[in-house]
Parts: sequence; C-alpha cells; structure tokens
Amino acid sequence: MSDANITMGGHPAGVMEESPFAIPSKKLVMWLFIISDAVTFAAILFAYGYLRNATPDWPRPFKFSPSIVNVIFMTFILVTSSLTMLMGVRAAKAGDKSGAIRWTFITAAGGLLFALLHIREWLGLIKEGVRLFQNPWGSGLFGAAFFSITGLHLAHVIGGVIALVIVALRYKRGRYNSDDIEISGLYWHFVDLVWMFVVPFVYLLNVAR
Amino acid sequence: MDAAKKDSGGLTIYLVVYVSILALAGVQILLAYQHTEGPQLFFRVLSVALVQAWLAVMFFMHMRTERRSLVLSLGLYTVFVLLMMNMIWSDSFRLLQMRPFPK
Repeated sequence: MSDANITMGGHPAGVMEESPFAIPSKKLVMWLFIISDAVTFAAILFAYGYLRNATPDWPRPFKFSPSIVNVIFMTFILVTSSLTMLMGVRAAKAGDKSGAIRWTFITAAGGLLFALLHIREWLGLIKEGVRLFQNPWGSGLFGAAFFSITGLHLAHVIGGVIALVIVALRYKRGRYNSDDIEISGLYWHFVDLVWMFVVPFVYLLNVAR
Repeated sequence: MDAAKKDSGGLTIYLVVYVSILALAGVQILLAYQHTEGPQLFFRVLSVALVQAWLAVMFFMHMRTERRSLVLSLGLYTVFVLLMMNMIWSDSFRLLQMRPFPK
C-alpha cells in the first residue's frame, strides 16, 4: 500500500488537517520549546532582579579587564556563530550539502570556544573566592545568582553544540534534511538571544567603578 | 512557503543585522561606563537589548516571513507572561525598605 492510501481513523489521508501555521510540525515544536525556555530564562532573570534590587550591598566585581574584555570576546563569538548558522541553513536550503555541514560544524566550534571562555571566567571568579553562597565583596547571594544564570545559559550552549554535531552528522548520512538544519539553527539563535539579556543585566549592571 | 526559502534574498541583510547587533552590544558597554546608575542605566541597557532581540528574532530566526497568526500566537503569549512577572517588583522594593538579605 502506498503512503497516499494510508488512512487514519477511517478517513483518507487527503482530508487530514494541514500542519498548523503552514510550517513543519517539528519547527512548531521548536518554537513552542523556545517560548517556554524564554519564559524560564525570564523567570530566573526576574528572580535575580528581585534579589539585586532588594540587596543594598550587592557586589560589583566585574573589572574591564579581564571580565568585560572576556564578555566582549564571548559576545563576538556567539553572534558570529549565529551568522555562520545562517550560512549553514542557506546552504542546506540551496542543496549544498557539504557547505551546510561545514558551516554547521563551524557554528559548533564557535559554541565550544564560547563555552571554554565561559568556564575560564568561572574558574577565575572561583579563584577570587566566589562561591554559591559567599564571596569576598558583599551579599552572598551574588554567587548563587551569577552561577545559576550563566550556568543555565552555558548548559544551553553545550547542549546546542552537541545537538548541532548530531544533526550535521545525520544530515551528512541522509537521515535528516534541510528542515532539521533550520530547526537546530532556530535553537542556536535563541541561545544567542538569551545572551543579549545576560550581558547587560548580569555583567554591565555590575561593573566595578 | 518555507520561511528560509522566502528569506534567501541575499546575504547583505544578514550582514547588516549582524553588524547592527554587534554595534548595539558596543553601545551597551559604552552606556555601562557612563556616569549613569540604577534605574536609568537599567532602562537604557534594557532598551538596547530589546532592539537586539527584535533584530535576532525577525531576521536570524525568520519570524518576519512567518505567518502573522504564528507571530501573534507566540508573541502575545510571551509578552503576557513577561508582563505578569513584573508583579514581583513591589515586594522587592518593600524588602529593601525593611530588612536586607543577610550576608
């Protein structure tokens, strides 16, 4: 029996409803995931704002060098990786399989570099005495807020790198198509988008003066 | 029609958005080192971050070429939830007037 003749619930396949919003179901699911994840990040940033506003001795430990310089590099890498992801999606849609794989791996490499810089920054702060509930400068809640927010984002970056590598490999073997590259790209742009709020709220509002 | 296919009108627009997002990130850093503090600085960097996010969603994530019904469904829900979260601020200020968190 051909796929066209397969019936569902006694109705021919031809009368089944089309995909909502005329996009592939996988893409809609990714959008719904992104929305729920955006609300999760918003909640954690609101909680951070609540604590910071209510705490008079909130520390401001981020010096221009090395912290803010590091943040500038990390931002450049993440935004650039969004551009390389776009190149990968464009190549996939144009049928350029090798180009799509190459750009997706470049994006994953950017994500990996971002994660390494982030871990290096964490180690620097830990070396200065920052822990989850104590630090040398002020309110002990700073460490909990900082590591929670940046840790959640870092987990998303590492997860995204793994996902990009898997999708690229499966696309190479023909198990995935260009839609899958586009959908993983949506996730990657979202990770970039979250960083656009983490930088001003967590770092720039806490620069040392 | 597929959003990415519709949006394949050349790299120029993506490059412009990419440079704009990086430039806005630079503006945020400049704002942080001006002599502004507190709520004024917060609202300035928030405004710049919102513009960056709008550019990323509309161009990088191709939301501008999706169906209006999808944009409204996702956008209205998100904005509603984010606005509702703002109810915490009154309690945050109340706490500031009473007793700070212990060290």
